[in-house]
Amino acid sequence: MKKFLEIFKQSLTAFALVMTAITGIQTKVEAQADDKTILGAGSSFINPLYSKIFADYNQKTGIQVNYQSIGSGGGILQLTNKTIDFGASDGPLNDEQSTKIGVPVLHIPQASGAVVITYNLPGNNNLISLTPDIIADIFLGNIKIWNDPRIIAINKGVDIPAFPILVAHRSDGSGTTNIFTNYLSKVSSDWKTKVGSGGAVNWPAGLGGKGSEGVSGLVKQTPGAIGYVELIYALQNKLDYAKIKNKKGNFIIPSIASVTAAGNVKLPDDSKIFITDTDAPDGYPISGFTWALIYKEQNYNGRSQDRATKLMKLMWWNIHEGQQFAEPLNYSPLSKEALKVAEKILKSATYNGKPIL
Amino acid sequence: MDEIKRISKRKNSNGQIRAESLFKRSLVIIGAAMVILVLGILLTLIIESVPSIRSLGLKYLWGTTWDPVNNIYGAAPFLLGTVLTSFLALIISIPFSFAIAVYLGEYNPKGWLSNFLKNTVELIAAVPSVIYGFWGLLVLVPLVRSLEMKLGILPYGIGIFTASLILAVMIIPYAASLGREMIRLVPSPLKEAAYSLGATRYEVLTNVILPYTKSGLFAGILLSLGRALGETMAVTMVIGNTSLIPTSIFAPGNTMASVIANEFTEADHAVYLSALIELGLVLFLVTVVINMIGKRIIKRFTNE
Amino acid sequence: MGKSKAMQVLIVFLAFLITIPLIFIIIYIFREGITKINWTFLTKIPKPVGESGGGIVNALIGSILIVVTAAVMAIPLGIMCGIYLSENSTSRLSYWSRLSVDVLQGVPSIVTGIVVYFWVVKPIGTFSAFSGSIALAIMMLPILIRSTEETLKLIPFSLKEAGLALGLPYHKVILRVIVPCGISGILSGVMLSIARIAGETAPLLFTAFGNPFLSTNLGKPMQSLPLMIFNYATSPYDDWHDMAWGAALILLFTVLLLNIITKLTTKRWNVQL
Repeated sequence: MKKFLEIFKQSLTAFALVMTAITGIQTKVEAQADDKTILGAGSSFINPLYSKIFADYNQKTGIQVNYQSIGSGGGILQLTNKTIDFGASDGPLNDEQSTKIGVPVLHIPQASGAVVITYNLPGNNNLISLTPDIIADIFLGNIKIWNDPRIIAINKGVDIPAFPILVAHRSDGSGTTNIFTNYLSKVSSDWKTKVGSGGAVNWPAGLGGKGSEGVSGLVKQTPGAIGYVELIYALQNKLDYAKIKNKKGNFIIPSIASVTAAGNVKLPDDSKIFITDTDAPDGYPISGFTWALIYKEQNYNGRSQDRATKLMKLMWWNIHEGQQFAEPLNYSPLSKEALKVAEKILKSATYNGKPIL
Repeated sequence: MDEIKRISKRKNSNGQIRAESLFKRSLVIIGAAMVILVLGILLTLIIESVPSIRSLGLKYLWGTTWDPVNNIYGAAPFLLGTVLTSFLALIISIPFSFAIAVYLGEYNPKGWLSNFLKNTVELIAAVPSVIYGFWGLLVLVPLVRSLEMKLGILPYGIGIFTASLILAVMIIPYAASLGREMIRLVPSPLKEAAYSLGATRYEVLTNVILPYTKSGLFAGILLSLGRALGETMAVTMVIGNTSLIPTSIFAPGNTMASVIANEFTEADHAVYLSALIELGLVLFLVTVVINMIGKRIIKRFTNE
Repeated sequence: MGKSKAMQVLIVFLAFLITIPLIFIIIYIFREGITKINWTFLTKIPKPVGESGGGIVNALIGSILIVVTAAVMAIPLGIMCGIYLSENSTSRLSYWSRLSVDVLQGVPSIVTGIVVYFWVVKPIGTFSAFSGSIALAIMMLPILIRSTEETLKLIPFSLKEAGLALGLPYHKVILRVIVPCGISGILSGVMLSIARIAGETAPLLFTAFGNPFLSTNLGKPMQSLPLMIFNYATSPYDDWHDMAWGAALILLFTVLLLNIITKLTTKRWNVQL
């Protein structure tokens, strides 16, 4: 038995040695590398815009920004775990998330966009119209068939086939879900009590797809499906999307103009705001901002000042030069006022308590 | 062994003795490292699931709601989803793997045709699961969807049934190759005696081979079950990823492995993350136990 | 007799029916994939979402680097552990060690991913190709150990006795006599284990993480073929599906080729032994 303990002790030491060696090599590799990479993760809502901006940024500066579209929830979690340089989310941190992260996190607005109700109805070429209560009832699982009298009543003259409705939703924590459920909770008391709003909710009906990519994939492949994605996903995949009745009673087609109309509000200083169910008469009701998230104090986990500066420069680029790609991809760029707020927020970032920019 | 050691020691110089003992010691350390590795995995899983175990307790296992917004975590939908997909896959796969085992083990053990079959089956095991998933998503799903339309049920296409079909193909090689070995182990005097008494092949199969290899075949099924339980990617891609209790075998669902793959990188509260890890722990324990039982049976069988 | 005949027909039918999916999958992937593979595909990095063109060089290089690093870590450990188990078949430690290897073989790949996330990714503070390699190395070990152990057990004891009788030290007998004799079995284990992990996706989800750029830094996130196939396959973009088919073809052929080579070499060596 003594011998056994001896062996055990020896192997533990060996194991510890190996682990330290691994960590040593690892940190060395990291220190040696001429660091031209920045790692971000989160929102799939903004992924098309980011992949365009970052491809361009790489050409102009040689810096590789690796952005992984893992969902806003993932972006927040990985930022909390300090495994990435910046996160991206379509919903601001909630109280619990802020408490968990413990230190101030800056929300930098990047652009705003529309969450569209996309559907797959073979043989139907016109945009269908939907009202808030119908949307809520579809996603609650109360309306189960496309030619439901309530849907037909507001879509006179549109040919709607008798397909069963298949609800497609996000299986991962997502800011798109956050915007969508925030909207539904505002317009439907039933939804508010039964499901509520958040990045991931307990869906009463339907199929889950991973990421906006997954939901668009489901809708595209499944006749009768209905789902919610960012406008660009619907356009790029040639999916149909619905006109939606807003608070003022107008049926609005999601577009840059209608999102800009909805986003034409005064941003608070921390920029955390939901713009769903807008009062604007020509505003699209399911719109939202998307934010990049960074730590206010950039000296954490032994980060170099150089790295912090690189990150800041990227963030600055995103809200200035990067904005030119927003419109071609059907995001609504930041308004002048929003840009001012964003600049002010960025300038409040510090390294060792001193401002970086 | 000791004698050899003594002789070899006497003949060698000091340096060689040192090299030798170093070598032996490192062998022992590496052997022990495997034990530590497995204990480490187990401990990590346990430690990381403590928050969930503490706040949810045992009711975690039969809670039917998985609602991260309200911090309610019940693993029942995933346990049920895992059990359904795995067993359905087993039921679909058993006739095939049994047929392959019997064909290769008894009917036609040699020749190019059985070689072809044997190699094909081994290659089935080699195809990466993400490729099965990809193929399933774009080829099998539309097929299942049109089947569902004919049957008049909601044509999701993806769901537990589709996942089981893919799983079935993936696990056939395990049960089949083991079954073949088991059938080969049947002593030929037994079979010859039966044949000489005028038994037909069918009778030999049902009266001699099956009773003899019963436990071995069962072990093969257990091992394929272990494999099916832990399979992640192919299932994640076609199962539908919803946290509701599946209402039928065509409904979408989620397995323990697929929910971890979907939600692990984004679980944003402590209990949420820990609940996912607890799922991993359950999965780990279940697969390990099933594998161990299977291996025990095989060992006993081959030692007889 | 009728029953017997019917049984035979049924068994032959079922046994060969199962070859159809495999052949179907291979043909399908070949047909979809072959048209996508060209020079650009093999040498360029992917384009931004929604733009067509671009290639998968980041995933190709990434996969090779991750797998090679995993192999470099796992092969010596696995072979040594195999030697240990074959040399000490009765000691208490070897019983536990063997049991652990059995357990390790059954660990679902996703669980390995979680554990490595907590062991490597979180302490170091970044996703990295290296952490992916560690996860894959853990998955390689049981196959390596098992094949080494089984091979070495088959080597006649007289060979070892002869070596020791000639005055060779123990480690030289093992490394110069016993291991070379069993090299075919060990090599086939090595190749099988590589083939097994080359297509693994689940453990890389939380470790190697993916990267749209070409990266050769093991300390940073890196793309790999299976990860790329997973991400692109579940996307709605036809361009990405096309790329995933091409990547799937490359991956499938590499893995099948490794398996076939393994089979051929073991066959050849078996004759010699």
